[in-house]
Amino acid sequence: MKKISLSVMAVLSAFQSGSAFAESVSDLDQYQLNMRKGVTDISAEVYDLHMLMFIICVVIAVGVFGAMFYSILFHRKSRGAKPANFHESVKVEIAWTVIPFVILIVMAIPAAKTLIAMEDASEPDVTVLVTGSQWKWHYKYMDNDVEFYSRLATQADEISGKLDKGVNYLLEVDQPLVIPTDKRVRFLITSDDVIHSWWVPDFAIKQDANPGFINDAWTKVNEPGIYRGQCAELCGKDHGFMPVVVIAKEPAEYDKWISERQAVQEKAAAEEQRLLAMNMSKDELMSNGQKIYTANCAACHMPNGEGLPGVFPALKGSDIALNDMAAHIEIVANGKSGTAMAAFAKQLSMSELAAVITFERNAWGNDTGDLVQAKDINAALNGQ
Amino acid sequence: MSTVTETLHHDDDHHEHHAPPAGIKRWLYTTNHKDIGTLYLWFAFIMFLTGGAMAMVIRAELFQPGLQIVEPHFFNQMTTVHGLIMVFGAVMPAFTGLANWLVPMMIGAPDMALPRMNNWSFWILPFAFLILLSSLFMEGGGPAFGWTFYAPLSTTYSGDSTALFVFSVHIMGISSIMGAINVIVTIFNMRAPGMTWMKMPLFVWTWLITAFLLIAVMPVLAGAVTMVLTDKFFGTSFFDAAGGGDPVMFQHIFWFFGHPEVYIMILPAFGIISQIVPTFARKRLFGYASMVYATASIALLSFIVWAHHMFTTGMPVFAEMFFMLATMLISVPTGVKVFNWVATMWRGSLSFEVPMLFALAFIVLFTIGGLSGLMLAITPVDFQYHDTYFVVAHFHYVLVTGAIFSIMAAVYYWLPKWTGKMFDITLAKWHFWCSLVSVNVLFFPMHFVGLAGMPRRIPDYALQFADFNKWISLGGFAFGLSQLIFLALLIKACRKKGEPVSDQVWEGAEGLEWEIPSPAPYHTFETPPVIK
Repeated sequence: MKKISLSVMAVLSAFQSGSAFAESVSDLDQYQLNMRKGVTDISAEVYDLHMLMFIICVVIAVGVFGAMFYSILFHRKSRGAKPANFHESVKVEIAWTVIPFVILIVMAIPAAKTLIAMEDASEPDVTVLVTGSQWKWHYKYMDNDVEFYSRLATQADEISGKLDKGVNYLLEVDQPLVIPTDKRVRFLITSDDVIHSWWVPDFAIKQDANPGFINDAWTKVNEPGIYRGQCAELCGKDHGFMPVVVIAKEPAEYDKWISERQAVQEKAAAEEQRLLAMNMSKDELMSNGQKIYTANCAACHMPNGEGLPGVFPALKGSDIALNDMAAHIEIVANGKSGTAMAAFAKQLSMSELAAVITFERNAWGNDTGDLVQAKDINAALNGQ
Repeated sequence: MSTVTETLHHDDDHHEHHAPPAGIKRWLYTTNHKDIGTLYLWFAFIMFLTGGAMAMVIRAELFQPGLQIVEPHFFNQMTTVHGLIMVFGAVMPAFTGLANWLVPMMIGAPDMALPRMNNWSFWILPFAFLILLSSLFMEGGGPAFGWTFYAPLSTTYSGDSTALFVFSVHIMGISSIMGAINVIVTIFNMRAPGMTWMKMPLFVWTWLITAFLLIAVMPVLAGAVTMVLTDKFFGTSFFDAAGGGDPVMFQHIFWFFGHPEVYIMILPAFGIISQIVPTFARKRLFGYASMVYATASIALLSFIVWAHHMFTTGMPVFAEMFFMLATMLISVPTGVKVFNWVATMWRGSLSFEVPMLFALAFIVLFTIGGLSGLMLAITPVDFQYHDTYFVVAHFHYVLVTGAIFSIMAAVYYWLPKWTGKMFDITLAKWHFWCSLVSVNVLFFPMHFVGLAGMPRRIPDYALQFADFNKWISLGGFAFGLSQLIFLALLIKACRKKGEPVSDQVWEGAEGLEWEIPSPAPYHTFETPPVIK
């Protein structure tokens, strides 16, 4: 159920680019100075608190710096100022201890109210499990059989400067999260590897994704639209390249989307079973494998298969990729504990695993000539 | 305040025939607090330039969107090592250097209480940083997990050079603890007769309290790095849920060290400013006793606010509220300090020599950093600020225009006493004005990009942040270049160029260090002065 075949993914991304990215004008300004008000009641409250704090701070600053600059201007030696003798006053000290204390209480009361509302994620209409991993997000709808990965859609050539950068440079994904407006949506947030942080500024949600623990957050979006954020906790090399994109749709449209999405995934599962019986040609395996490698493996093992010495091992000329095929399937499918190597059996379908392993055994001069088919993966995973 | 008797000058003559050995041996074997102070200060300055060079790499990469100069993995090493070097290599050793030079002279002691340990606590430092810096050149590079080294990024997911990082942090910690012990023992036991607690200069008071903070929290840091080491190499699971541990526990331990650490880097700065402002206002410090109590309150509060760095980790709502309120409380004693400085200036007779310029810049810019800190304390809004450039702006205002400006103010204030010559005032003014303008071009727009949603620690960013980042980078390069003016000035000063100065140096300066000759003789106060 959780596996999506390549062909379906291609259809899907075409579908998404039709709806999600038709809007090509960015609403984000250059020289934006302030926090965004956002699109939820909570984010508006947070914005108001921010402005309240800001104004209080400006008033304090004007008072303190005003007195200071008055002194600097009028109590200077060059104007003949003679120093006064006073150097303590208990009354004054008590005053400027007590008055700030009162101001703090004025700040704390509305802050505490908003905080309690933010942290109450009870009675959700929709629940989504958000799982971070290096360096992508996974979304799973707990009430429907729908789940998918959401990866950066910006092309490598845009990052390296070979292509012009698009409007939503680094803030675009292949498959955005879709949620309904006007409903309480609860996010359960966790991680598969290091700590990430799921942040959507327009919802005023920033919640760490801790491996082995689940955090929650909730939102009720008032306006349909596309909302963009980023991972906010340093999570390794590509921390800057794992954006969050959320599309909020009217509830009716959301229901339509989720049932379409469910049908697509059912079809993908059937396709998966069909592919198990088929043998793919080497060309097909290699070209599919290259795409999957670029999307899933190249971030660490590098596009040229040479890895990053001392950090991520090379595949080019490596023992596993050249010799023991069973070990190769095992490490790609189940990962290697105690290292950054993730288990891809839950991320890729069997035909995708077959393609990428074939690619790794035949690319960059790894000329083993081995072909791995989906049924080999099935045998290795389910036969043992 | 005191009298320095003629015996002191007599002592000078007495000591001329066993002056310090010449050459490298003088510096390797020295147990003299002034020599060790100089070593610490030069070491800190070299580290400041090294960490600054890394900041230049970071700003060059962030000059425009896209990846141009460095790979993300190397970028992460730069942000990590920049932070470690600036905190442990620049700010902390600079304050220890100032303590070495000034604490004995201010309390009328002949030297630090434990001079051989003093030598050792300095001389292990260069090795700590050699180890840390050399890891950058190893296969896989140096630490790339941020100076906060959150597990499991620093354990399961880090490179093998993590062992070197842990070792070097251990050495830095040992050095800091020994320095702190020395300061405490000196202040407790070696004050001149009549130098009662409430007569001690504020720099001495703030350093005494800082030293207790150091002793309390450096072992916690040592514990944290050791657990990282055993989690990574010896199969323990302190921070791994799969083995019954908790990655968030790492953050609790780290910030239990980390927040007092923040005050370790600012309390001595408060002391310095409290020495400088009265001198150039020609008026006694307003509210001396309240300054001492405020410093102690800040130090105590610093132990119960650590989790305000962790509001997004998923704490219970009442824990969040506790840490929000406790954090807001810190602004009360900090405010008292700022108000006292302003009250000291009020109806004084102000003049604006270079140390005063830096001190005034400190008061204004540190207060800006303090106010953004108050905003960050408000938990619901912190969800938006956390891990963005707003935080980067905040802590650079308190650490660069706070801690580092105070160190520069201190160097300009006491340098003539150390060398006996006035520094090059023209260069110093250039240094001040270039630094002041560029540091604000560098850090002020960071508030804006942070509020607009730019996360910290990213090597590349969305196009909407491009214009401000260009300005930030230009400000950064200008600030970096401005420090070369400081370097030129310091080299000139150390070669003893310039006009000779009087013993008092500054017209309004008061305190024991201004009553001994300029330059300060190699040995001072072998006979304790009498404090009236």
